[in-house]
Amino acid sequence: MTAHDDLFGSLPEIHEDAYARLRSGLAERAAGDGLLDVAYRTVDTPVGALLLAATPLGLVRVAYAREDHDAVLTRLSDLVSPRVLHAPARLDAAARELDEYFAGRRQRFDLPLDFQLSHGFRRAVLSHLREIGYGRTESYSVVAAAAGSPGAVRAVGTACATNPLPVVVPCHRVVRSDGSLGRYVGGAGAKQALLAMESAA
Amino acid sequence: MARLPGVSLPPFESVVAEHGRAVFRVCRAVLGPQDAEDAWSETFLAALKAYPTIRPGSDVRAWLVTIAHRKAIDGYRAGRRRPVPTDEIPDRAGVDGVPDGPDQALGEALGALPFKQRAAVAYRYLADLSYRDVAGLLGGTEAAARRSAADGVAALRRTYQQEETS
Repeated sequence: MTAHDDLFGSLPEIHEDAYARLRSGLAERAAGDGLLDVAYRTVDTPVGALLLAATPLGLVRVAYAREDHDAVLTRLSDLVSPRVLHAPARLDAAARELDEYFAGRRQRFDLPLDFQLSHGFRRAVLSHLREIGYGRTESYSVVAAAAGSPGAVRAVGTACATNPLPVVVPCHRVVRSDGSLGRYVGGAGAKQALLAMESAA
Repeated sequence: MARLPGVSLPPFESVVAEHGRAVFRVCRAVLGPQDAEDAWSETFLAALKAYPTIRPGSDVRAWLVTIAHRKAIDGYRAGRRRPVPTDEIPDRAGVDGVPDGPDQALGEALGALPFKQRAAVAYRYLADLSYRDVAGLLGGTEAAARRSAADGVAALRRTYQQEETS
């Protein structure tokens, strides 16, 4: 503001609830008009706040807090579309399934997924990961062989580290041949927590 | 959506977060509380649609106000066929379900200004646009835009301060 703050500062502000309704109304209308290219929300979980983002095709990104949610949204704006809006209702199903998973009441996710952020061998790895069942683990070399390139153990590590859909596509179930956990996009603590939870169920 | 490498637009949500309230103040000042919510929604829906095509680095606030201005003109034309929104019982519930405070008097004084003055005041003082941008929106010269805003502020001070002391 430049001048006359005394005057315009006393204009009534919109009520918080009314403004929140306006914003969620915008997201709904955008979705209805086919303009909501990326909808997102966050959910609180035992491994921290997870960002969930979806295109009209399905869930496109799950991100841990340590990945920096703002940075992830900026990347989505670049890679998918800048038409990005906070639209929690569009992600109700995903949020519910994650809640059930973390409560120990769900062993596999039944959600449409959009794999547009991963290509080639990495994508082949991710589709194999979906076949590793709840509570089981596989070594990087077994995954490499299953994805069609037995020698590509390092590339499997990269595919896991760049998994755009952690938790839902269970890269946490891939461990080292010596049984140690190996690295994880959500941090070693999160990997350990997920595996402990799954083996206890 | 293919974009030039290194050319990057922030997520639209951050545009709403940064400018949403200012655009609402503008809509409310220009159109009154009844039509402000519709105008705000129409503005941001149109902005969302066009957003991928705007040049990175453009003045997003001015761009949004330009869209809001077009919506306001439409709304104003439609509004003239309805009862004037300033003829309301002062202690009615506000559009957001809570009674508006005593400063509603200022909102009503704004509503009583001629359209051009009201718009000039809103774009200059609520949206922080330059007089050049205000002139671009209202037509006419920069000097004329400056005069409209000054006349509007003077009228507001007269009415509003009268009401305050009455």
